[in-house]
Amino acid sequence: MALFTPHTENEIREMLDAIGVGSMEELFSDIPGVLRPKSFDLPAGTTENETARIFGELERRNRLDYVSFLGGGYYDHFIPAAVDTITSRSEFVTAYTPYQPEASQGTLRAIFEYQTMIAGITSLEFANASLYDGGTGLYEAIAMAVRTNGRKKIIVDAGVNPLFRSIVKTYITNLDLEIREVELQDISTDTESIGGLLDDGVAAVVVQNPNFFGMVDDYEELFSLARTRGVVSIAVFYPISLGIIKTPGEMKADIAVGEGQSLGLPLSFGGPYLGIMAVEKKFVRKMPGRIVGETVDKNGKRAFVLTLQAREQHIRREKATSNICSNQALCALRAVVYLSLMGKNGFRNTALINLERAEYLKEKIGNIRGVEIIAGQTFNEFTVRLPMSAVDFAHKMLGHGYAAGIPASLFYQDKPNHLILSATEKRTEQEMDGFVAVARKVLP
Amino acid sequence: MKNIYEKSVPGRRGVDPGTAKKETEKKLADRYRRISDNGLPELSELDVIRHYIRLSQLNFSVDTHFYPLGSCTMKYNPKVNEALSSLPGFAGTHPFMAYLDVDAVQGSLELIYSLSELLAEITGMKGVTTQPYAGAHGELTGILLMAAYHGTKGNRKKYVIVPDEAHGTNPASAAMGGFSVISIPVDRDGGMDVNIFREKMSDEVAGVMLTLPNTLGLFPRNISEIVKIAKKHDALLYNDGANLNAILGKARPGDIGFDIVHMNLHKTFATPHGGGGPGAGVVAVSEKLVDFLPVPIVTKTKGGAYTLDFKVKRSIGRVASFFGNFAVLVRAYAYIMMLGREGLTDASEKAVLNANYIRVKLKKYYDAPFDRNCMHECVFSARRQVQKYGVHAIDIAKALIERGIHPPTIYFPLVVDEALMIEPTETESKETLDEFIRAMVEIAETAEKNPGMLKNAPENTPVSRPDETKAARELKLTCNR
Amino acid sequence: MDITVLDGYYYTKEHEWARIEGTTATVGITDYAQQKLGDITYVDPPAIGNELKQFEFLTGIESVKAASDIYSPISGKIAAYNSALDENPELVNKSCYTDGWIVQVEISDPSEIKNLMDAAAYRSYAAGLE
Repeated sequence: MALFTPHTENEIREMLDAIGVGSMEELFSDIPGVLRPKSFDLPAGTTENETARIFGELERRNRLDYVSFLGGGYYDHFIPAAVDTITSRSEFVTAYTPYQPEASQGTLRAIFEYQTMIAGITSLEFANASLYDGGTGLYEAIAMAVRTNGRKKIIVDAGVNPLFRSIVKTYITNLDLEIREVELQDISTDTESIGGLLDDGVAAVVVQNPNFFGMVDDYEELFSLARTRGVVSIAVFYPISLGIIKTPGEMKADIAVGEGQSLGLPLSFGGPYLGIMAVEKKFVRKMPGRIVGETVDKNGKRAFVLTLQAREQHIRREKATSNICSNQALCALRAVVYLSLMGKNGFRNTALINLERAEYLKEKIGNIRGVEIIAGQTFNEFTVRLPMSAVDFAHKMLGHGYAAGIPASLFYQDKPNHLILSATEKRTEQEMDGFVAVARKVLP
Repeated sequence: MKNIYEKSVPGRRGVDPGTAKKETEKKLADRYRRISDNGLPELSELDVIRHYIRLSQLNFSVDTHFYPLGSCTMKYNPKVNEALSSLPGFAGTHPFMAYLDVDAVQGSLELIYSLSELLAEITGMKGVTTQPYAGAHGELTGILLMAAYHGTKGNRKKYVIVPDEAHGTNPASAAMGGFSVISIPVDRDGGMDVNIFREKMSDEVAGVMLTLPNTLGLFPRNISEIVKIAKKHDALLYNDGANLNAILGKARPGDIGFDIVHMNLHKTFATPHGGGGPGAGVVAVSEKLVDFLPVPIVTKTKGGAYTLDFKVKRSIGRVASFFGNFAVLVRAYAYIMMLGREGLTDASEKAVLNANYIRVKLKKYYDAPFDRNCMHECVFSARRQVQKYGVHAIDIAKALIERGIHPPTIYFPLVVDEALMIEPTETESKETLDEFIRAMVEIAETAEKNPGMLKNAPENTPVSRPDETKAARELKLTCNR
Repeated sequence: MDITVLDGYYYTKEHEWARIEGTTATVGITDYAQQKLGDITYVDPPAIGNELKQFEFLTGIESVKAASDIYSPISGKIAAYNSALDENPELVNKSCYTDGWIVQVEISDPSEIKNLMDAAAYRSYAAGLE
């Protein structure tokens, strides 16, 4: 059994004496017998050595012997080793929320730089210190829009990540809000229909770029229209794509929200991830989550603090902008370190390589007879229509060592043969050639 | 110290991700292209390493400093857990693999399943969801479970009761879930005032949120009565498990009568706080709420394989994209496995021992609003120091920083004037506690003799007290690029 | 706590004041309120033209460590907002009864003035809170 309590028998005795109780049990005398556990049937503890062995066995029950084309908002990107070196520093890992600025300048400064870089890549004014993930972040963006204009209806494009949409639906079940989802035209946003719905009852309009099927679009006109109708524009974005594609800020979005996993975070079977939020200036006081600001100390020296705390739950309780307390600070640190390492050029090049790899795969797989590449601008993910069920195809391909992509039918029942594939900078031409060769055999 | 933009040099390269072929850019039509600068700095890898490693050195942390921050359970985080959570099979798995083929992710699913079973046993509950990403997220999940439970019975209840000592997240979560909050004061014994509670209770109350032990570090002696009154009105009992570290093996929320409990894995189960997160706020529920849990749920087939169940009939839906903060779950599972039944009980006993030791040693010097045995944390008030010497809780906190100790939580709970909430945790040794006690005594004495000295603390830190008013008025939230 | 209370103004239990001139009420927060809140960092600009009932939520005010709601002392329409507070919220601290005014309300029901305290009544009310 591994124990992390340092007390010796003598010390326990001394401490109990100091307290003035005869036994450890006496300290728990406020808990009456009837409330004591009916059972506490846990295994005996294990040593560190044994634990590591057991976890090794567990880990090996996950398959690792495949090449992955899975995306869907979560991507297998290259992570420089230096990200781990910095983010495994104890001083970052084992600190708490920086409430005491004099003892937390490291975390505060890193978050401040994170806010700056997020503002930079989205070309919006301000970012917060992080939210849990993209999906919960989208809800927070919607709630912010509702706080801003007091309206009750939200227009959401069906091309927005279906997991995000389902989180939002869960969140609003007991609220007086209405979500109107607008169907896609095959796999592209029906911008015209969305525009037609923007009236003075609409709080916000939500679109995603690239959308869940990988389609890239330009929403500047839609967002301009929204602005004239008092509707808040929410752009769901994919950070890596912003190396080359038009940004939420360039499209004049009011709020940008995205899943930040691609910025140096491992896939880790669903988390921890990173909810990114950036906003136009006028929304900053409505923004949820921690925000770090620059100021000076009493000697005039530059200093950083958590600011605008009056928005938050520990002060405003039921009137807070959100209930969020713990966030994803260490994940935000990974992101800022990743972005610093990549820098201006590396960030752009990474995006270009992603485009290149996906275009390569698109071309190769498009050469297979019966496979239809659905036309349109894409980034590192695209959709094909197969001459068979995408679920069956993916299953067969896994047997050959390829995670082929996401069958759209998992979330869009009317698209049984649509498969969504992504190729990041980690996929080599050789891997893609191998994948296409096997696909030829598997397809009818 | 310069910020990273001030260290940036135009044209300097960091990590090279490779180069795309020249014609690649043409694959992106002009109208979809980014035109504006991406706002990122230009540094070498060494520049970046040095910058952030230096930043790390400006922090206090559990691994470098005593960190008795009340309500946050800043215990030691075993290092093996970090290594286990980054094993390639765990860190490298795409969550959509679970949708393609559960056979490919049996290890991860088993881990989620086994951890859920252990947490259900620890809390005396029947069902578990690992989806919530943090304590407050667990609270919201609990509130949505309440709404769904009453909704299914055709009851649209309006209120959630929260005692005024509760964490701010409790009322905020209740409001976010669509309920109005009724706040109940604490009585002289430090528990929720049961008379006022009874008075405010009605069939329109959906649930009662209680922290156990409460934020005053006390186990409410009237808990059974509160449970009885709530049940009479079919109000669900929600346990904010932020303070679960006090009662492992000593009491289980399920046995006491709670229907929902969230556990902060980053507190009780030793996963690191990361400067504010990520945490995990796993929720466990009693029998009657099992059918409402978020989907998907990891289940075990008769053949012993693990699979996903999307068909929970009355499920509230998804609260997270996948299974929650999985890498945090890995750490917590390793921790629980290592400690086992006896180790967990030992952890709570030592946490309570340490807190009481501090309590008795300091009660001569600081006002204790409730003079009784505490659980894992003790709450003092700096009222005496304020009234006699004009020294506030914040001055005491800053004086501790000067002495290399992270301060306790201050000004919380709100019901105690000038609160100092001290949670030493079980992993701290008697020497460390004695050192802290000496520092607190010395500060109390300085307050008496030379209060001005405390007003200026800290002096020997990377910065002295920042001007928070300026920060909030001028709102500089990004570096100049 | 030493507080200033001006004669001729009307007061609420929530520590707002109203100065009545004809059919217009100028509204702000009292010295007691600004001292309790500490350094004011932000006043949320309310929408001009909004109709309010007496004691209904008017807008929010923030300091570094606190947030508070301001309620309208009297029913009516918001006719003006002190936009100087956008750049200089500290006016509420420096001069809560004059330059730090918050809104002007076009009074719809003057008879409601009787529901407010005069300076003497407010003085003893505030003293009783200590």
